[in-house]
Amino acid sequence: MSYFSDIYHGIKTLLTGMSVTGGYFLRSRKGTITQQYPDNRATLKMFDRFRGEVIMPHDEQNEHACTGCQKCELACPNGSIEIIWDRGIDEDTGKKKKKIDQFVYHLSLCTMCGLCIDVCPTDAIEWGQNFENSVYDRTKLTRVLNEPGSKVRAGIED
Amino acid sequence: METVIANSNFKSEEYFINMGPQHPATHGVLRLLLTIDGEIIKKVEPDLGYIHRSIEKMCERDSYQQIVHLTDRMDYLSANINNEAVCLTVENALQLEIPDRVKVIRTIIGELTRIASHCLWWGVMGMDVGALTTYFYGFRDREMINDIMEETCGARLTMNYNVPGGLMFDIHPNFVKRVKDFVAHFKTKIPEYNRLLTDNIIFQKRTMGVGILTKEDAISYGASGPVGRASGYSCDVRKHHPYSAFDRVSFTECLETEGDTFARYKVRMAELWESLSIIEQLIDNIPEGEHRVATNAVIKLPKGEYYQKVETARGELGVYIISDGVKSPYRMKFRSPGFSNLSLLSHIASGGKIADLVATMATLDLVIPDIDR
Amino acid sequence: MRVSLGITTNIHNWLFSTMNVTMASLVEMVLIALIYLTVFAVLGLFLVLLERRVAAWFQLRIGPNRVGFQGLLQTMADALKLVSKELTGTTRADMFLYNLAPYFVIISALMALAVIPFSYEFQAFDINIGVFFLIAVSSVGVIGILLAGWSSNNKFAMIGAMRSGVQTISYELSIGLSLLTMILLTGSLQLSEIVEVQKNGWLIVQGHIPAVIAFMIYMIAGTAETNRAPFDMVEAESELGAGFHTEYSGMKFAYFFLAEFINMFLIAAIATTIFFGGWLSPFGITESLPWLGIFWFLLKTFVLVFLMMWFRWTFPRLRVDQLLTLEWKYLLPINLVNIVLMALLVWSDLTIKF
Repeated sequence: MSYFSDIYHGIKTLLTGMSVTGGYFLRSRKGTITQQYPDNRATLKMFDRFRGEVIMPHDEQNEHACTGCQKCELACPNGSIEIIWDRGIDEDTGKKKKKIDQFVYHLSLCTMCGLCIDVCPTDAIEWGQNFENSVYDRTKLTRVLNEPGSKVRAGIED
Repeated sequence: METVIANSNFKSEEYFINMGPQHPATHGVLRLLLTIDGEIIKKVEPDLGYIHRSIEKMCERDSYQQIVHLTDRMDYLSANINNEAVCLTVENALQLEIPDRVKVIRTIIGELTRIASHCLWWGVMGMDVGALTTYFYGFRDREMINDIMEETCGARLTMNYNVPGGLMFDIHPNFVKRVKDFVAHFKTKIPEYNRLLTDNIIFQKRTMGVGILTKEDAISYGASGPVGRASGYSCDVRKHHPYSAFDRVSFTECLETEGDTFARYKVRMAELWESLSIIEQLIDNIPEGEHRVATNAVIKLPKGEYYQKVETARGELGVYIISDGVKSPYRMKFRSPGFSNLSLLSHIASGGKIADLVATMATLDLVIPDIDR
Repeated sequence: MRVSLGITTNIHNWLFSTMNVTMASLVEMVLIALIYLTVFAVLGLFLVLLERRVAAWFQLRIGPNRVGFQGLLQTMADALKLVSKELTGTTRADMFLYNLAPYFVIISALMALAVIPFSYEFQAFDINIGVFFLIAVSSVGVIGILLAGWSSNNKFAMIGAMRSGVQTISYELSIGLSLLTMILLTGSLQLSEIVEVQKNGWLIVQGHIPAVIAFMIYMIAGTAETNRAPFDMVEAESELGAGFHTEYSGMKFAYFFLAEFINMFLIAAIATTIFFGGWLSPFGITESLPWLGIFWFLLKTFVLVFLMMWFRWTFPRLRVDQLLTLEWKYLLPINLVNIVLMALLVWSDLTIKF
């Protein structure tokens, strides 16, 4: 007799499984979980904390907050950040002062661990939300984050 | 039957087949050397090293803050729990007092990670036994957790949210609401998982009595996690050596005694419920306070040896640090659950069919970068 | 050969009036073959698209929707790609058999289509042993699969082919017997005759309980026959990569692929003809419009095709020994008892007729 109850039980479980997928089939119009990516670019918004790439914000006077302390360079596990610095004369005090020449960021080496942003004492660098980082030439992944002609915002070191 | 073959001129011989390193069932670059007689597996020999990145050696170069992000890349499905393990080791060595808030958040995020990992495993388990649709249902629910993670940690897979001393930043204001939404959503989905796959007669026939691991073997092979618990070996680190906030929540350790593939499946499904209940107990009373205690910019562990184990989604992860007092460890060793669990494979899959091997491997829940490191 | 539906009759008469009988028959055969090839190649492509869309709907996805309106041209583009692809192969493969195998599979699938009555008198080849012909021809395909697996010099393909052999030999039996159960009702093997009989009610209604059992067995065995999930041990992508066609590329792969879908259509078409009244409309609602028969036929067939797709996207795969257990311990005994039951039913005249 267990022969027939096995068959009954088997068919029942199979039909139960089919009812699950069938339910999704009927609700397929609403239930789609995939996004049609390049089409929804306009509405696609990443979360505030999303780690896309490291950027260095500049204000209207083309000033950034990086003092060239190199803490990020030390914190980076992969050598993604290289700071090429120089000593210039501060106009106000006339003393020699460290300033950045180029803040080089190798996106191709970056693992998005966030340690550089975590250690930055002046919040000079932060996460950008851009995630479309593919390029045809990999040298384009090496970026200079400080804009040409930019300088440190006054008073940031105090 | 065998005598018939022996007496005839018909020659029957075992042959050798190479499963992987590129094979859909090995979930990565694991290579299995199979000796097969027809469909029946005589011998399984796992061959490792295709994704070895010498993480342990790299740790000897890095500072303790930097080591944390490397562990994301070991068992990437329980990245947060790996991070937590390293942080706990360092914190214990420094004898830092960690705020309650950090402990609770770490526990919640760890359990979310466990659910995400089990969701993925469930989807892939279905796919390995041939039901392709489960994959998408599992990923749908995992995606919700990934969104929670992304909102709070900024990354979906390799979060690097823990730092020695606490959390890199506080949880997002939406975190609690989103987690509650997820818990409510997921409670309706587990019964659906059961109706679709667990109860399915074909699935039960495929998994019951396959790949049986006895309790003795589980202990002697060093099985841990759901694989060990399915054989009746009580090995939940959260229960026996509570860390973070696991000492203040009540949950049961999911144990089965059969030790077959279906038992391992059941343990993981039961763990989903347990993880949900742990999250529910903690989510409403996350203590206020600091999310991080200050550490020195350069952490130097006192000279000595330190060990901390945690329960990842796959089993027991041990972190072993030998420090000689400088900024990087002298030697760092990870006891990864996947490695020990994989060593079981040749023991439990021999004698089964090729299809059994695939089902067994699916319930061992192997993550190859975890095995190779 | 009987092709007569208005225009076809005219062409037939015109051919036979302009040429001698042999020539005319040959030309007619070639014409029909070409029409069938084109129609069913397109139908096969459409079925692939349907499968992909249906799978997507089951799986919370959207499915192909980029090429053409709602992705209607997607599979055409895929076919074009496959045609233009390089034909690769393994070294030390048995090249003759390796090249021969896809044709075995596709030709057997297309041959079986010849006897399916798509509508009233719309049938290429109406022989009096129609059902027998179908069973015979559909079992030729497995030779192609065996050849493909054996000749490609790949162990995974070999395992797949051997599984296929085991599977097809077992399930041919169930298909044959479940169809035989229905033949008891019709008393004829000729497919047009079988449809004719169902004017008094579809066979699944006429034969009620045994007919429903026979239909269930037929669908299970039919799914196994087409090597589709949950009986796709032959391909078993998580175990064997791609099974018997691992080493095929380009158009040769496309033949296997197309054959799978044409076979699926075929299994559904046979079920429609034998169980669900072929091109007859339900309760004879469009009896006055015989050309609507093709619509009813396709509708019923696609419902059954959808059922097979539903199976595929829900169930896990069986193991090879469970496959044999299912056949020899469950389907076959039930089938034999079912035949006796049906015979008793027919003998005691308990069938339901309108």
